Amino acid sequence: MVTYLDHAATTPMLPEAIEAMTAELGKLGNPSSLHAPGRRARRAVEESREIIAAAFNARPSEVIFTAGGTEADNLAVKGIYWTRRAADPRRDRVLVSAIEHHAVLDAVHWLADHEGARVDLIPVDERGLIDPAALGEMIGPDVALVTAMWANNEVGTVQPVAALAAAAEGVPLHTDAVQAAGQLDVDFAASGAVALSLSGHKLGGPPGVGALLLAKGVDPVPVLHGGGQERDVRSGTLATAAIVGFATAVQIMAERRAAESARLAGLRDALIAAIRREVPDAILNGDPADRLPGNVHFSFPGCEGDSLLMLLDARGIACSTGSACSAGVSQPSHVLLAMGADGDRARGSLRFSLGHTSTEADVTALAQAIGPVVERARRAGLS
Amino acid sequence: MSGGVDSAVAAARAAEAGHDVTGVHLALSRNPQSYRTGARGCCTLEDSRDARRAADVIGIPFYVWDLAERFDRDVVQDFVAEYAAGRTPNPCLRCNEKIKFSALLDRARALGFDAVCTGHYARLSDGVLRRSVDPDKDQSYVLAVCTPEQLAHAMFPLGDSTKAAVRAEAARRGLQVADKPDSHDVCFIADGDTQAFLAERLGSAPGPIVDTDGQVVGEHQGAHGYTVGQRKGLRIGRPAPDGRPRYVLDISPVTNTVTVGPREALDVREIVGERPVWLAPPPDGPLECRVQLRAHGEVYDCTAVLDGAVLRIDLHAAARGVAPGQAAVLYAGERVLGSVTIAAAERAAV
Repeated sequence: MVTYLDHAATTPMLPEAIEAMTAELGKLGNPSSLHAPGRRARRAVEESREIIAAAFNARPSEVIFTAGGTEADNLAVKGIYWTRRAADPRRDRVLVSAIEHHAVLDAVHWLADHEGARVDLIPVDERGLIDPAALGEMIGPDVALVTAMWANNEVGTVQPVAALAAAAEGVPLHTDAVQAAGQLDVDFAASGAVALSLSGHKLGGPPGVGALLLAKGVDPVPVLHGGGQERDVRSGTLATAAIVGFATAVQIMAERRAAESARLAGLRDALIAAIRREVPDAILNGDPADRLPGNVHFSFPGCEGDSLLMLLDARGIACSTGSACSAGVSQPSHVLLAMGADGDRARGSLRFSLGHTSTEADVTALAQAIGPVVERARRAGLS
Repeated sequence: MSGGVDSAVAAARAAEAGHDVTGVHLALSRNPQSYRTGARGCCTLEDSRDARRAADVIGIPFYVWDLAERFDRDVVQDFVAEYAAGRTPNPCLRCNEKIKFSALLDRARALGFDAVCTGHYARLSDGVLRRSVDPDKDQSYVLAVCTPEQLAHAMFPLGDSTKAAVRAEAARRGLQVADKPDSHDVCFIADGDTQAFLAERLGSAPGPIVDTDGQVVGEHQGAHGYTVGQRKGLRIGRPAPDGRPRYVLDISPVTNTVTVGPREALDVREIVGERPVWLAPPPDGPLECRVQLRAHGEVYDCTAVLDGAVLRIDLHAAARGVAPGQAAVLYAGERVLGSVTIAAAERAAV
């Protein structure tokens, strides 16, 4: 029996989504084909598009299906940069929050390295909150794009997206809402953002599918070239079954969101209290109140995050140290460093993230394990 | 688990023997560009994946532990400093002493593990370290710098097997690394060019090459580029008076001088060793035993005498090309008695 506290990495697929997706896998048709089987598949895709649009207050035509959150981020960041710069060559600056996911941050750095973009990081405060006033001072006619996430994937801090959009003064704002979409009320039309990234497997759908919500009139230069299936912005045969599974999860999530978010926030606060009780010197990272309902993130002074993770794993508790890199060596989190944490505090941190299968038993299991685990990790120290 | 066949089979055997085994791959570089890209050694991203895959097949948990800073300080910088001091270090030996059976072992024990299990070819039981049954793969030499305390928490499940048997077993167990080539060279020198690696870190410092009479016979670009016993690459324009090849006899970093001479001048009869480590009771008188002076090197009969902090080793037959910085490992038959670091080698009268 695993205590799964890593829903921010991926959350179990909802049974209804598995059922809908499995049923669709047995059916025939390419949604781009003109015959009856094609029309049947097209209908499944378009119904899914409408469900997703409704859940996030977007128009169906604003939903661009992608292969996941990373592709959505890359399409928004690179595509909008290219379009804006093509329209006016002076626009070569990208303003990016210092705490973005690597799918955004690395895409922006790629633009700097290969496309001559100038990159400025929008600072955050010690809670991980992006400052709209700072963005307001940085904005100018040379800015091609602003990108700032809806809620941070590591420390869970919820961002003032509407205020950031206002501070952007008409410069297109992209927001990565991959972590927020399953737990917060994400309203695309009201947000002021022109592009918003979603991922299927973070909210109970399958991995390998996501979407970019893209306001009418925003036409990023494509990253993938081919059949132009999605508004001529994204090419590739649509993955009908994955899209159906994604939409099913979105619909159920939208129906249950209010009650589920309140339930998760209760578990989250119980988990925070339990960790503070067992490890009094643990430091809660992120905003104490305005954070994702499922996010708990602590630094444990004197401990290596990797040691804590391994010791908890050995006790059947799955959590995360933050962002892992290719060889499996964790680097100090750029998010915590941007929040002003020192290297040791950044390295000695763990994220516990809750989701739709989380229960009080998970909180109890961690509360029982964390004290001895921290004590042992402290003996091993910081290598 | 390096990602090679030996550590994979060692882990499988330990797990099968009923131990609670966790696979650990050491990340030894924070700078993949210099160590990992095209590396022929044992620290590439592919190796990390191979190790993870082997752990999956065996059915054990697997983690990457980042010991890059310790490795850089205790092995890489030590390697460079030793060359700068005119010695010839063995980094594998240093890695065992400072990383695998120190940094890794300490952390493992603090986290609740009892021992570090590796794929080294050596036999260890009840504190007695012996050569592998496979003489071609025997690694007792590079383990002999470990203290009894370190070895008390070590396991070498491959000591009773030949490499061929280990490969066959890996294939039988379904391990993809069964036919992966052995690693060679120094793992942190990606392209295998030790001279370029040292030149980059130590720069060029031209100095004289002299013969045993002190006569200047050539110029070198840095004394660190030479190893005692080296013959090739001296680039001395003038032939020796007797027309015979010349060898590096001595490297003096203080005067930045490389001394060359005839082959027989390399003959060594007495070695002074420092930092003795004993895996058997220290001798209280002259010890008749055998000594090995480099990895996979010849073994010589000798008499070893403790003289305060140093060990004097009289070789019964002359050894050639003895380089300060290497280990001298004492054996009684197959058993390792102890080791010292070679501080000086007294050449036989020419």
